[in-house]
Amino acid sequence: MDGRQIMTADEIRRAIIRISHELVEKQAGTEGLVLVGIQRRGVPLAHRIAVAVHEHEGVTLPVGALDITFYRDDLSLIAQQPVVKGTQLPVDLNGRTVVLVDDVLYTGRTIRAAMDALVDFGRPRAIRLAVLVDRGHRELPIRADHVGKNVPTSSDEVVAVTLVEIDGEDAVRIERVDAPARTA
Amino acid sequence: MNVSNAPTLPDVAWRQKHLLDVDVLSLAEIQLVMRTTDAMKEVLARPISKVPALRGTNVTILFYEASTRTRVSFEVAAKNLSADVVNIAASSSSVTKGESLVDTIRTVEALGADMIVMRHGTSGAPYLAAEVFAGSILNGGDGWHAHPSQALLDLYTMRAHLGDVRGKKVVILGDVLHSRVARSNVWSLTAAGADLWICGPTTILRGFDAWARRWAGGGAPGHAGFTVTSDVDAALRDADVVMALRLQRERMDAGLLPSLREYAARFGLTRERLAIAKPTALVMHPGPMNEGVEIAPDVAVLDRSVITEQVTNGVAVRMALLYLLAGGHPEAVTNA
Repeated sequence: MDGRQIMTADEIRRAIIRISHELVEKQAGTEGLVLVGIQRRGVPLAHRIAVAVHEHEGVTLPVGALDITFYRDDLSLIAQQPVVKGTQLPVDLNGRTVVLVDDVLYTGRTIRAAMDALVDFGRPRAIRLAVLVDRGHRELPIRADHVGKNVPTSSDEVVAVTLVEIDGEDAVRIERVDAPARTA
Repeated sequence: MNVSNAPTLPDVAWRQKHLLDVDVLSLAEIQLVMRTTDAMKEVLARPISKVPALRGTNVTILFYEASTRTRVSFEVAAKNLSADVVNIAASSSSVTKGESLVDTIRTVEALGADMIVMRHGTSGAPYLAAEVFAGSILNGGDGWHAHPSQALLDLYTMRAHLGDVRGKKVVILGDVLHSRVARSNVWSLTAAGADLWICGPTTILRGFDAWARRWAGGGAPGHAGFTVTSDVDAALRDADVVMALRLQRERMDAGLLPSLREYAARFGLTRERLAIAKPTALVMHPGPMNEGVEIAPDVAVLDRSVITEQVTNGVAVRMALLYLLAGGHPEAVTNA
């Protein structure tokens, strides 16, 4: 795959470990925490954060998966209906602190949809956001609480995150917009 | 554009603007409906089983024939997706004043309908509607011809219990001639590779056989078995699924059967007859049932009877169909 690599597998691993420490520090513990990954690449990232928290705290946090397809604000603009990959939330969200996990924070629209989806499942005590890459260009008043790497980009670039669980390798690259778009 | 947050588009293109019958669906499209239905089942299990996917979409339900489960099922499905639902019963509309189908469709369109779910007593009526309507038509049953959402919910229910239906023996028992359910099921079940047996009285099969030969090539070419027989024992032997069809009394004027009692005695699904099938065989019925005619009351409530499950799955399948058909704006792009 071409494009400029901005994070290596090691850098991704360290970013996950740092985020796992920040989460616990900010919460002053792990009580009531639940990690919810946004389909698709947020899900393996949420699991990795849970593993990292387990390593230094000895606590196993519940991990869920959230599909935001039905909550997208661009459904009527998309040429074909996206595939729905499914939502699994292992615990009741009422009174919990939910940490949403996603790979890239960009316009903020995905996170807006995710928050709408979450509140249909209950009333969390708080919702936080952890992302591997924040590339800027927000279109909504949304910010991340935990960021693996801040990457200045221009809007004609694409941030492509690949993860071992889905793509067979860990890397973050910046590609030009005319590079062939990945649809998996 | 941010690739990682862009929507995942299906590997198989959903090419349908309308759902008039299942015969035009590829196996890949049928599988996409099944996968999407799984997601809808998860939505139905939520504390708030409503998602905003079709917000702002007007779904008009236009029924020219009596129906409870199909009409309500589509209405619940559309509401679960946050669509605006308009119900029109032909019996209380301008249709009684002689308005033609085409004029009614144009009127409904002018009133803002984006999708029309339609049931009509005349085979082919939805095809005419699709020619004049700018949006999508979903066939909720037309004459003897087709009932695609029923066939897809039947397939979904079978898969939920049997896994893949490929090679599984599925028997459709009863008045297949007057049954749009049977005809649509022929397409989806042979496409999915089931060993399909159609069974009923010879007087009824004569007409059905002609249809099957003309349209399904006499045996759904290139697919698994497709057998038409009036031998109930042969049909039921070691069956994995037995689907009894309602004896359509209102369509039986032609004297195809001597009496209901004789039909019940020779073709009714009783405990004794079901014993010929596999001990685990699923009992299905598209409803509404004539208990004591095509199905015995004690069979309908057996543990392996999935008749009420068919109704529940009907809502999820129809949500999936509405969702998939609501897409399709070829000039548009994603902004994710």
